[in-house]
Amino acid sequence: MATFFGEVLSVYSRAVEEDEDELDENEEDEQIRRELEEKRAVHLHWSPEITELLKAGNKLQCSSFILAVGNNAASFLSAYVLASANWDAVGRALAWNERSRSGTGQSSEESACVFYRNKDDPSVLICQAICHIAEDQLFQWTEKVFDCLPSRELTVTVLSDCTVADYKTADYLCSSSAPFLRSLHSSAFSHQPVCQSLEQPNIITGLPAAVLNHCQVHRIAAVVYQCYSDVTGPDSVTVESFKPVLTKLGRSIQVDSSPSTDVLRKLIRSTEIQSNLYI
Amino acid sequence: MFISSQNSPTAFKGFTLVMPAVAVGNVGQLAVDLIVSTLNMSRVGYFHTDCLIPMAGNNPYASGKEDAEELHTPAEVYTEAELKLAVLQIRAPIIQTRTKRFRQQLVSWIKASGFSRTVVLSSSHAYQRDDQQLQGTPLRYLVTPSLLTASADAFKELSWKEMERIPAFPGVKDADAEPRLCIPGGGITKGLYTDSCAENLPVAVLLLFCSEGDNIPDAFALVNHLNDWLHLLDGQCQEPNSKWKIPTSWSLLFGGGIPPALF
Repeated sequence: MATFFGEVLSVYSRAVEEDEDELDENEEDEQIRRELEEKRAVHLHWSPEITELLKAGNKLQCSSFILAVGNNAASFLSAYVLASANWDAVGRALAWNERSRSGTGQSSEESACVFYRNKDDPSVLICQAICHIAEDQLFQWTEKVFDCLPSRELTVTVLSDCTVADYKTADYLCSSSAPFLRSLHSSAFSHQPVCQSLEQPNIITGLPAAVLNHCQVHRIAAVVYQCYSDVTGPDSVTVESFKPVLTKLGRSIQVDSSPSTDVLRKLIRSTEIQSNLYI
Repeated sequence: MFISSQNSPTAFKGFTLVMPAVAVGNVGQLAVDLIVSTLNMSRVGYFHTDCLIPMAGNNPYASGKEDAEELHTPAEVYTEAELKLAVLQIRAPIIQTRTKRFRQQLVSWIKASGFSRTVVLSSSHAYQRDDQQLQGTPLRYLVTPSLLTASADAFKELSWKEMERIPAFPGVKDADAEPRLCIPGGGITKGLYTDSCAENLPVAVLLLFCSEGDNIPDAFALVNHLNDWLHLLDGQCQEPNSKWKIPTSWSLLFGGGIPPALF
């Protein structure tokens, strides 16, 4: 691209190049492509009771689905909601892609998104999605999960975090104001979000966007709370910035509005020490 | 596939469809933004597909606080019934392994909806022009045989230039190599055009040679070119660029504010 200063930079063009190789695809290429697609397919594993329910053609009894995408959002739910031990793990979603760590059974646990259901109120479902879901798997993940959920009387809340470097604003943002929350909601969502709406020209991508798209198109009430943080890894300040959401979640489920520091410390693994050159 | 956002079924029969190809400089998409924004078109549905990278954001054409908080998805359809115009806007890149599937979905939707004609706005890498193409206008058109009969006179009157076929191996004197159509950087444009020829659909492609950079002037050039043919705006004796309304989403195209501490 040509810049204002007259220099020419080579910039990656977002245009997808024409695939000329479509014409030369033989049987072997097709088979490899099919196998790769199968390997990348999203699989849902539910508890036996739920598997039976779904096999009979029913949907999960669910009026509130809370999805946490990313480490900080997942840590928030773990500390403030799931710590009350009133939750059963009822299912997992597995999605293999190039970023999944291969090998031992331990890592297959890490590359799964776990679903939890509340014991006192089984209509509340939580999902912690901390593994990376690739661009080509997002739509499938969303369709497969929402296929199990009812389409009426459902409210979806998505918590997600990303870097404040992605946030565009005309006035330069002082780093002291990060982390902060912004929201986006589907047209069917009639409640008041707990924070400001995401201003143009900012957008969201990834799993929160895929879920929100699905809900918008299928007229399901959904809201995404995106936290813009200046720290890239797990961070207790970022985790705490999701607290305003508790007011909306805390109606039917027990929330712990001030978890002990031990709980928080366990969740925030100090990966920073490993990256410090001098210790 | 198309999912309506209205409560009554949408009728596209006899409408003209304008859609962009995700191509170099995003010129087609910017041009479509100008059309939707200026004509104040209303959204009638979503093109819900697994072939596009998911994204979501608030209303890019917001005119004030009342309509600012309306969610928009990667591919949506807008209409302007008076002009019998429908527009498909695509806001995200196509997933690389799914370009063929996306073209198939588009072609079957165009067929099923009964559009009288489809216009694809696209662009191509300026650096890959040959010596002939370096001179004169950077705008080109392509038209499928079924639309040629209806529009040949219009194109002649406008003195538009058809996209040239290029020899497969320039410089190599090979009698066997047929000149063929090549739209580098055009994304699915060439594939969509050849599919439309095969399916006998009335499709025209309008494209512009450009490079990545500030593509707003390119978008204006393309949309004015389209307007010369389709007359979407009334013929006013104004400066050509001032009649198009820039959408609010076009702010901060090159990033946010710069921290003063940087200097």
